[in-house]
Parts: sequence; C-alpha cells; structure tokens
Amino acid sequence: MEEIRVPIRSDADTVVARQKGRAAAVAIGLSRTDATFVATAISEIARNITSHAGSGEIVIRRVTQGGHDGLVVVAHDEGPGIPDVAAVLRHEYASDAGLGIGLWGAQRLMDAVEVLSEPGRGTTVTMTKWCRFDDVGTLLGQRGA
Amino acid sequence: MGVSILKQRDYLIASIQSALTDTEVVQLRDALVAEVARHRSRGVIVDVAALDVIDSFVSRSLSTVAQTNRLRGAKTVVVGIQPDVAVAMSQFGLGLADVHTALDLEAGLELLDG
Repeated sequence: MEEIRVPIRSDADTVVARQKGRAAAVAIGLSRTDATFVATAISEIARNITSHAGSGEIVIRRVTQGGHDGLVVVAHDEGPGIPDVAAVLRHEYASDAGLGIGLWGAQRLMDAVEVLSEPGRGTTVTMTKWCRFDDVGTLLGQRGA
Repeated sequence: MGVSILKQRDYLIASIQSALTDTEVVQLRDALVAEVARHRSRGVIVDVAALDVIDSFVSRSLSTVAQTNRLRGAKTVVVGIQPDVAVAMSQFGLGLADVHTALDLEAGLELLDG
C-alpha cells in the first residue's frame, strides 16, 4: 500500500480522509468493524485540526512489526498546540464538544494513540490499529469451512 | 446536501443519502428543528443507513435535534444505524441522549404510532 497523504483544510477534507482511511484499513486486512473504528477516529482527529489549528495533514500508511500488519494514521498541524496533553488524554476536560472528546474517542477506538504537542508549535497525533488474527470473522470462516 | 425531508401524516422523514460534512450536519440539524415547527409535526424519523461513520459531532447534533423537538412535544427516531457503526459508537461511548432508535423506517413509524 502506498502512503496516503490528505491535506486537511476544511470539513470536506475530513470526509475524504476518513473514506481513504477506511479503504486503507480494509486493504491491509482489518475487519469491517475495525475499519469503521479507524474511520471514526480519523473523523475526530481531523476535526481537531480544522477546529483548533485551521489546517494540517493526515498521513496513512501500513506498518509491519513482528510479522503483524497494522495501519498508522499520523495527524499533524502547526496550530496552537495542547497545553496539557496528559490532562486531555485522561479526559479531564469536561467539554463534550472540543478537543477532549476527539482524543478520548480515538484512544478507545484505536490500539495506540500517541500525542506530541508543544504550545505554539503544533500537534502530532499518531494512531495505530493492528490486524488481529483471532478475528471473529476469521473464526467463523474457519468453522464454516 | 445529500438529505431529503418528506412529510408523511404528522411526521417528517429525513433520509440521508450520502456522507455529510460537519457543515451539512449543522444545516440538517437546523432544518429538522425548523421544519418540525413549520409543519407542527409530532415526530421525526432520521434515516442514517447511508452513514458509514457516526462520530461525536453527528451524535451530539442528533441529540440536539431530539432535545429541541422534545421541548416542542415531538419525538425523534433515528433509524438504520449500521451494525459496524453501532459497535464503534458503543466503543466510543456515544449514546445518543434523548434519541429513540429503531431498526428501519417501518419500525420507526410503528414506534411513533405507538
């Protein structure tokens, strides 16, 4: 799979990013449900870019580690940054509308979420979803065979 | 915007035809509230079967429609949430406050008639 780069400048770009993310997830062998998780997480993280930074970029690529395939989504912007990343990830910001809910959701939907942010210098969110070989679909397929 | 809104008896039926941007979600939210008031509708069905993602923004907007309509005495029923989307919403913790749900349009109409 070629690396996919989607510039994020408007909410229409967010739709493009999540559609490309879903297609890439399916292409590397993630289940339909996991592909929906990926698309939903991308939607949240892309919204954080348009809401808080104005513009940025989402890069989607395949990663292989220890014989396992996964999908990595990197969202980068050069916006105002997040003053206290740890507090956001612990969901201490009560707002259900802003930055907090998006990163919270991404953490629940993806296998790993890493946030690097520096006030005034932007934010990079790296999210990973791994293919699971004990997938329910695979199990059902084997039973049916 | 890929949404059609039809009037049927005392109800409005909004069918989403394609993926929506946040701007279109806001337009739909405001249109649903305005049309319910204009037609004095007793219920609204929103068919979301075409949505392959329901994230926090869509979820919150549907809840806002439901809460606003409830204050006017109208019920809001969301129908057709795709199974994968339901799993993702559940994992995320998006519960659609104040929104009724049904399997499809027919079940949604039954719920409103009930």
